[in-house]
Amino acid sequence: MDMPSPTAVPPPAAMPKDSFLRHFRYVVASNPVTAVAFALFLVIVGAAVFGPLLVPYDPLATNAARALQPPSWDHWFGTDQLGRDVFSRVVVATRLDLTISVAAVALSFVFGSMIGSLAGYYGGWTDRVVGRCLDTIMAFPLFVLAMGIVAAAGNTIENVIYATAIINLPFYARMARAEVNVRRHAGFVQAAKLSGNGDLRVLAVHIFPNALPPMMVQISLNMGWAILNAAGLSFIGLGVRPPTPEWGIMVAEGANFIVSGEWWLALFPGAALMLAVFTFNLLGDGLRDLVDPARRT
Amino acid sequence: MTTVPLLDIRDLTVEFATRRGRVRAIDRVSFTVAKGETVGVVGESGSGKSVTSYAVLRILDRAGRIVEGAIRFGGIAVHAATEAAMAELRGREVSMVFQNPRAALNPVRTIGRQIGDVLIEHALATPATAKAEAIAMLKAVRIAEPEARYHAYPFELSGGMCQRVVIAIALACRPQLLIADEPTTGLDVTTQKAVLDLMVELARERGMSTILITHDLGLAAAYCDRIVVMEKGVVVEDAGAIRLFTKPAHPYTRRLLQATPRSGASVRDLLPERRPPPPRPANGRPLLEVHDLVKEFPPRHGAPPFRAVDGISFTVHEGESVGLVGESGCGKSTTSAMIMRLLDPTSGSIRFAGEDIGAIPAARFARAPHRGKLQMVFQDPTDSLNPRWTAFRSIADPLFRLAGMRRSAARLRVEELAHQVGLPAELLDRFPHQLSGGQKARVGIARAIALDPKLLILDEPTAALDVSVQAVVLNLLVDLRAALGMSYLLISHDLNVVGLICDRVMVMRAGGIVEEGETEEVLRHPRAAYTRALLDAIPHPPAPPALQEPAAAVAAQPVAASA
Repeated sequence: MDMPSPTAVPPPAAMPKDSFLRHFRYVVASNPVTAVAFALFLVIVGAAVFGPLLVPYDPLATNAARALQPPSWDHWFGTDQLGRDVFSRVVVATRLDLTISVAAVALSFVFGSMIGSLAGYYGGWTDRVVGRCLDTIMAFPLFVLAMGIVAAAGNTIENVIYATAIINLPFYARMARAEVNVRRHAGFVQAAKLSGNGDLRVLAVHIFPNALPPMMVQISLNMGWAILNAAGLSFIGLGVRPPTPEWGIMVAEGANFIVSGEWWLALFPGAALMLAVFTFNLLGDGLRDLVDPARRT
Repeated sequence: MTTVPLLDIRDLTVEFATRRGRVRAIDRVSFTVAKGETVGVVGESGSGKSVTSYAVLRILDRAGRIVEGAIRFGGIAVHAATEAAMAELRGREVSMVFQNPRAALNPVRTIGRQIGDVLIEHALATPATAKAEAIAMLKAVRIAEPEARYHAYPFELSGGMCQRVVIAIALACRPQLLIADEPTTGLDVTTQKAVLDLMVELARERGMSTILITHDLGLAAAYCDRIVVMEKGVVVEDAGAIRLFTKPAHPYTRRLLQATPRSGASVRDLLPERRPPPPRPANGRPLLEVHDLVKEFPPRHGAPPFRAVDGISFTVHEGESVGLVGESGCGKSTTSAMIMRLLDPTSGSIRFAGEDIGAIPAARFARAPHRGKLQMVFQDPTDSLNPRWTAFRSIADPLFRLAGMRRSAARLRVEELAHQVGLPAELLDRFPHQLSGGQKARVGIARAIALDPKLLILDEPTAALDVSVQAVVLNLLVDLRAALGMSYLLISHDLNVVGLICDRVMVMRAGGIVEEGETEEVLRHPRAAYTRALLDAIPHPPAPPALQEPAAAVAAQPVAASA
């Protein structure tokens, strides 16, 4: 039977893998901001993976003879009060900062979307109880919570990750709840039930993947915050401790020297921090376009 | 007509910038609207009828651009006017009524204030006089107790009332041209009739011209002086309403006329080619027995509990096709959800093939043995497919979940199903948004029949489809029923569609069944007053000439151009 198709006929879909690459290329090409964001993202990931192999100096090696040198050809970002190369320290710190933020975001994404999806799907009392618990978490300032956890469980990087994850959890939970809630009566959900899918399967396999595009934007924005939080917490002395290179500590230590004119100690790690946050913020829209099947043709 | 037309569209071409280059949405469209004339613009989705009207108001979205042609409105060159001049024109001289009245109204402002806003904006009222003017407008669109309704918010009003308010806003500044874009799609037939009667009457009173954009030829015939038929961005025919129906010149118009369901036509008459009538399967034993079914929703915000379904009983036999007709809110969807075991009834029994399936809680029915025998085709084909799944995966889901098939076996079965519903196999790897409406409907049907169900509930299966696609899908359903020996329970508000594929029909109102009988009998000699009102509200297109054979007795259908 021939179908009278009133709209333009879409081109045939290619093999999934090939079409994903083509789609990636399209998303990047159609939006220069996304292209820049992905390029910066690659640089940051590169620094995290290969940084320690590439840097010219040992980030921990002190050299009292060359303390507090301004930026030069030998030391691009200058040296700190112990004569350590700031450039090497900034690059090496990428791995730690990225690990903390990725771990924190991953934890809050997984648990937040699970809790939120259940609340959005079942509604009623589940929703109300979960909602009030999330409100309570949101009312806690990050730093107070982090200090509490660290005081109770010890000053370790893991505990800082947990604190950051708990603080970010409500954002994912609320978003997942809203996205699941609008879809729970959709036709395809009822059709899935008729096809023999139980409630949990409907939720996990049918509804939740459809909530992913907006969640991707949230993840990306949150990565920026998480990096900022990790740096902020180590700035006040929680989690990471000197002499480990980490942006937050470096800014904190360098801040003492700004008054005496040694601006490079705080500026370069601060700039790296800003660049990382900026990149993740830009990345959001591109990620959403990538995971949204309707953007594919 | 010798006088200068009010609106003159010449060679209008609009292009949209898209991912695959520039797409021509409308191509050299020309037509005119004279003062006081009602012109219908009819076409299927993608025909460019809405784009044309948006171009007239210059409210195309950013990707769209008028590349050629001229639009003249009472001497003003709209295509070249400045944005400031357009702002003055919109609302004041030309106004628009949109499809979804709820979306067109601001939900946090009372309706009276919204009418007043338009008047003040165009300096036709001061804040002091706006209230009186707004109440006068509410009176003009026949809203009862206008003084009290002035303070109502849109959510407090029914869909029909909201559309009246939108019309009041559109007419408040006494425009010379009203553009109504599918103004009654989504409203019940009786409401549709009331709203359109009102609109046409007000237009006549005020000597206003109207452009009625619709996909429904019958509707256009009943209310318009002249009809412009569009296909794929091109005007294919422009003729007086009566002439268009009696002597359609263009083959597309003829096809459209033929595909429109009408009383007296069989489901095969809607198709362009002739096919033998489908065999009518003999009725077997009772398959579904519903007895005294009740659904009561718990009280909310102090309101008393609401009885959506109030003790209905009926039987569907094996191989039988039964229609359940009613307007929105009558409880037909609640009934179907209970029978489908997606919702638990408050009381009453549902017996399926002799077993009381009503006793199994809906939450556990997904894995019950009868699940595969009781399937459903949903109203909106787009909404009923998971946007992240390909057509293959959607159709195969019941096979994986309930039949325990492996991937290779499922692939064969899905291809067989696709063949059965007329879906080309190469479309199986596409995502829903890459398929047309008719193709999506076929995917939904293929999924529903994958497990050889005994009872298929069709919930407005063609409501979201174009008429020509509807004709094909209805015929497909008729053929499948004959081939697979299924029973159908068709839920619909459209008596014409029910008349085409149902043996028996039940009319439902306010949770109860008001009339039940053989389809022919109910449609020809309705006993209940409500059934009569439903039948009267259907706009009747005159029969197309292709069917004007000696025995067809077309004279029974007078042209209702002046209705």
